[in-house]
Amino acid sequence: MYIAAVFLPLIGSLIAGMIAFVAQGAVRAEDTERKKRLDLASQLITCGAMLLASVAAILVFIAVVVNGQNGTVELFTWVDSGSLEFSWELRGDTLAVLMVTMVTVVSSMIHIYSIGYMSHDGSIPRFMGYMGLFSFFMLMLVSANNLVQLFFGWEGVGLCSYLLIGFWYDRPSANAAAIKAFVVNRIGDFGFALGIFACFFLFDSVSYDTIFSEAAAKSTATMNVFSGEFHALTIICLLLFLGAMGKSAQLGLHVWLPDAMEGPTPVSALIHAATMVTAGVFMVARMSPLFEYSDVALTVVTLIGASTAIFAATVGCVQNDIKRVIAYSTVSQLGYMFFALGVSAYSAGMFHLITHAFFKALLFLGAGSVIHAMSDEQDMRKMGGLYKLIPATYVLMWIGSLALAGIWPFSGFFSKDIILEAAWGAHTGIGQYAFWLGITAAFLTAFYSWRLIIMTFHGESRADEKTLAHVHESPKVMILPLVVLALGALFVGILSVDYFVGEHTVEFWKNSIFVLDTHKALENAHHVPIWVKFLPLVVGIGGIALAYLMYMFAPELPKALASGFQRTYQFLLNKWYFDELYDKIFVKPAFYLGRGFWKAGDGLLIDGVGPDGVAAAVQHLARRAAAMQSGYLYHYAFAMLLGVAFLVTWFLVAGA
Amino acid sequence: MENLPWLSIITFAPLVGVFFILLIRDDDKEIVARNARWVALWISLITFFVSLGIWINFDNSTANFQFVEKTVWMPGFKIGYHMGVDGISMFFVILSTMLTVLCIGASWITITDRVKEYMIAFLVLETLMVGMFSALDLILFYVFFEGVLIPMFIIIGVWGGARRNYAAYKLFLFTLTGSVLMLLAILAMMFQAGTAEIPKLLTHDFPATLQPWLWLAFFASFAVKMPMWPVHTWLPDAHVEAPTAGSVILAGVLLKFGGYGFLRFSLPMFPLASADFTPLIYTLSIIAVIYTSLVALAQEDMKKLIAYSSVAHMGFVTIGTFAANTQGIEGAIIQMLSHGVVSAALFLIVGVVYDRIHSRDIDAYDGLVHRMPKYALFFMVFMMASVGLPGTSGFVGEFLILVGAFKANTWVAAFATTGIILGVAYMLYLYRRVIFGEMTKENLKSILDLNRREVAIFAPLLLVVFVMGIYPSLFLDAMHASVENLVERYQSALAAAQHISVVAK
Repeated sequence: MYIAAVFLPLIGSLIAGMIAFVAQGAVRAEDTERKKRLDLASQLITCGAMLLASVAAILVFIAVVVNGQNGTVELFTWVDSGSLEFSWELRGDTLAVLMVTMVTVVSSMIHIYSIGYMSHDGSIPRFMGYMGLFSFFMLMLVSANNLVQLFFGWEGVGLCSYLLIGFWYDRPSANAAAIKAFVVNRIGDFGFALGIFACFFLFDSVSYDTIFSEAAAKSTATMNVFSGEFHALTIICLLLFLGAMGKSAQLGLHVWLPDAMEGPTPVSALIHAATMVTAGVFMVARMSPLFEYSDVALTVVTLIGASTAIFAATVGCVQNDIKRVIAYSTVSQLGYMFFALGVSAYSAGMFHLITHAFFKALLFLGAGSVIHAMSDEQDMRKMGGLYKLIPATYVLMWIGSLALAGIWPFSGFFSKDIILEAAWGAHTGIGQYAFWLGITAAFLTAFYSWRLIIMTFHGESRADEKTLAHVHESPKVMILPLVVLALGALFVGILSVDYFVGEHTVEFWKNSIFVLDTHKALENAHHVPIWVKFLPLVVGIGGIALAYLMYMFAPELPKALASGFQRTYQFLLNKWYFDELYDKIFVKPAFYLGRGFWKAGDGLLIDGVGPDGVAAAVQHLARRAAAMQSGYLYHYAFAMLLGVAFLVTWFLVAGA
Repeated sequence: MENLPWLSIITFAPLVGVFFILLIRDDDKEIVARNARWVALWISLITFFVSLGIWINFDNSTANFQFVEKTVWMPGFKIGYHMGVDGISMFFVILSTMLTVLCIGASWITITDRVKEYMIAFLVLETLMVGMFSALDLILFYVFFEGVLIPMFIIIGVWGGARRNYAAYKLFLFTLTGSVLMLLAILAMMFQAGTAEIPKLLTHDFPATLQPWLWLAFFASFAVKMPMWPVHTWLPDAHVEAPTAGSVILAGVLLKFGGYGFLRFSLPMFPLASADFTPLIYTLSIIAVIYTSLVALAQEDMKKLIAYSSVAHMGFVTIGTFAANTQGIEGAIIQMLSHGVVSAALFLIVGVVYDRIHSRDIDAYDGLVHRMPKYALFFMVFMMASVGLPGTSGFVGEFLILVGAFKANTWVAAFATTGIILGVAYMLYLYRRVIFGEMTKENLKSILDLNRREVAIFAPLLLVVFVMGIYPSLFLDAMHASVENLVERYQSALAAAQHISVVAK
């Protein structure tokens, strides 16, 4: 069953890939009928495979979480070299199975949605194939039972993300964004890979079971790395976290995610909101038995998470591209998840991961529905007044935004609340830092969410006639998955809060998450002052109110603010100038150095002194020698005489 | 089956083909060419399938040389004809025979000039390559090792591009400089140990004072072949000027001579010197990884870009080799095999469009995916293998090497790991410029996708990439015994030396 859940998407994807090539032939033969049939076949196969996979995943979930079975499946040995040995395996504990279920369910909804959204596209089988392949890699990632298989999925989703961001490969911006995503992710993977090596160095194993069971024994071990003696687990955790930062777009390595919006919207929903970008959060939770023993690493995680939450929220407030607003909101929410992990409230972070998957996928797909209606317009400044024209989308976007802003009783309320309370409950300085930044970010989150809703759906329409005439509600095949996700956004939180972080939390997670007894943030979260409990809700409502004030009732206000605080506005609009900075200190110098090494290093220095230099020297000498062969007898006679004179002198001197 | 002279058959079967090709005579050039092609193809195919026999009959449990053949050749000088393979060399034999088949297939229609001679050159090359990897006598090894240069020189010099003379001479100049020193070292070893048999030399303890000199002399030759920075500059030129199949063999097999040499000679025969010179190797390798990756980023010629990426990949190999632990060495071997397949494939990929448009400039192409989706797919897979995506052969090699390196020296591992970032940057940048974007160039608008012959060439390479990536045990299991033996010998030699120096104090 578990194998089916993981491998069905792969099979579907491979078939879709083959269909893509057949369809290419149909296009060339200008056989539109056949092309349509092939498109439909690819859609049915991939969606069918995904749906079957989610049924299988739910069955596994019931078996493992409800009935308490151990669902681990070993397939076959992958690498065996000396003491390094690991297999292809599917791990069957709550954390893995929960993620498998979430991924398959959300993914199948998005697969179905794509049928409608991509209906005008020319490469449907290819798209469906990529999506299926992505789901497979994501499932391998979450179901891994060793660090290397995790890395397999980790890199695989990166590849699919690259392929899907650059799906419309005619667009230079899409290609640039795709490369950027892959390269920035690889910077994170650099740390991740070193983390795996360090893990093997310390534990002589990369399998979870061994690592986790020996972590306690090695909790004080030190490791001689990078010319110093360091606390081993801190080194490992920090390196692994670098990988998480890349994949989950945390401050510093976040630059790829907003650009990734170049991809089709279902991609943004699936990969850049619900699943792949949360892989970093999942990985840290997975590695909780290691992170728990390193206070330094946990502090860093909290610091980065909280800073990202506030950074992305500030940027989200001024963006005008509807997808970019949601993208920054994703970065910001990932920040929340990380600082939850950082204060040892892993289950709270995972809880937010799951609820976020539903409401953020909903928001993205809702935005997709808007874009679809607006003939591919993404700039909110050219929207407005759409609520009468696309009412279903409007309602769904409200649900998603309410969940995102953390309004009771929507899912986001429960998960965001527990995270902020846990940050408070950590009773540490860094916990306080996270709490206050989190509260501020929550205010901004509500503000930009309603800014988005008002700019898109209310006020005078700013679109041109032609676009407006085309505005239409999306077909059922797009709305239905949205309804399912909306149900998730409505009910997942309230129904499962007790299992994730409430009274049933121990039975639910079993041993899949490890927390030291001394780390009581989550426990304390249930006993915080009443104002801490209500503050997130209050600021959320405050943010909504401010958005109404600024964009509904006093539309001149934002403009006045923007021109009044030009510097700040530009700073935010340009995303704190991260892209410009990186371009200056990394990208440009790399090309400059490359050219320099090539022309000066290889060309002038090595070849100039080496082969070319030697060849030139030989030629030069030969020419000189050749010049001596003048052909005149007296030249030779003179040379001979000189030689004789020299020899005679030599013998005389030496003999004497 | 046991007593069959497997290695001699594999080594000299191509020469039988050469003999047959020499017999082909006809006034019609076309007929000669066609017959030469078919003979070469059949002979190389047969050789390849026979060479699979040594894998099937290979005994994974022993570190000893297998399929050993031994006869006297020049008894007065104690030089014999001595062949055999162990877990380190066995796969290189198969790599050589496999790539030769593909090379002949890849040259099927592109080579129209002097086809007979071309095929002869490749078959002779195959003999020399297989002989090199299975020679167990120092002199025999040297003959094969250097002999390879001759057909390669001819292939580049006759069927090469515009600057073929420059490239061919540069290749010769670099490699010969190294090999003169190696010959001296070989003579010194024979005088010192009194034998030219490699199995005996492997257990001979060379004096600690002599080891550095011998090591350096071998290093001079292997570093050029590898190629290591800074003696790598012959490679881009040779690749650019060589015909496609020449590049395939050059990158696929010839670059492995250096790595194989380090594993066969430097490490086991001169362990003390190897340990002393390890920092040098690390430094050069790290420079190779970072420097050449950056240079690759700036290239405008597709073949040059891949050539520079080869240097970077070989930097990993030397790091793994001199990490001198099981993971490092097995990783180095896997990386060499993987690179043999992947870089061969990438050169063939370049060859495909070169055959059609006759340009290697990256700027001459754009948006190929519109007309060549199959090509784009194969290119993508091999590119991913080249950047070491897990699930492909490239990952297993790189991963094992870096694990080994981390155990030996964390700084080296950290610097080398930056290669995975830079590698992605230059490959994706290349792919984007060639494959993606709109197709604007007029001369590309009628370009054809891969034909069946080309698919048949890429398919086996693709298969190896995935098998090696998903189930590398198939390869690793055969290496274990030999590698363990090598590591143990290396470690015990170091331990013994340490013991002596402690006692002396």
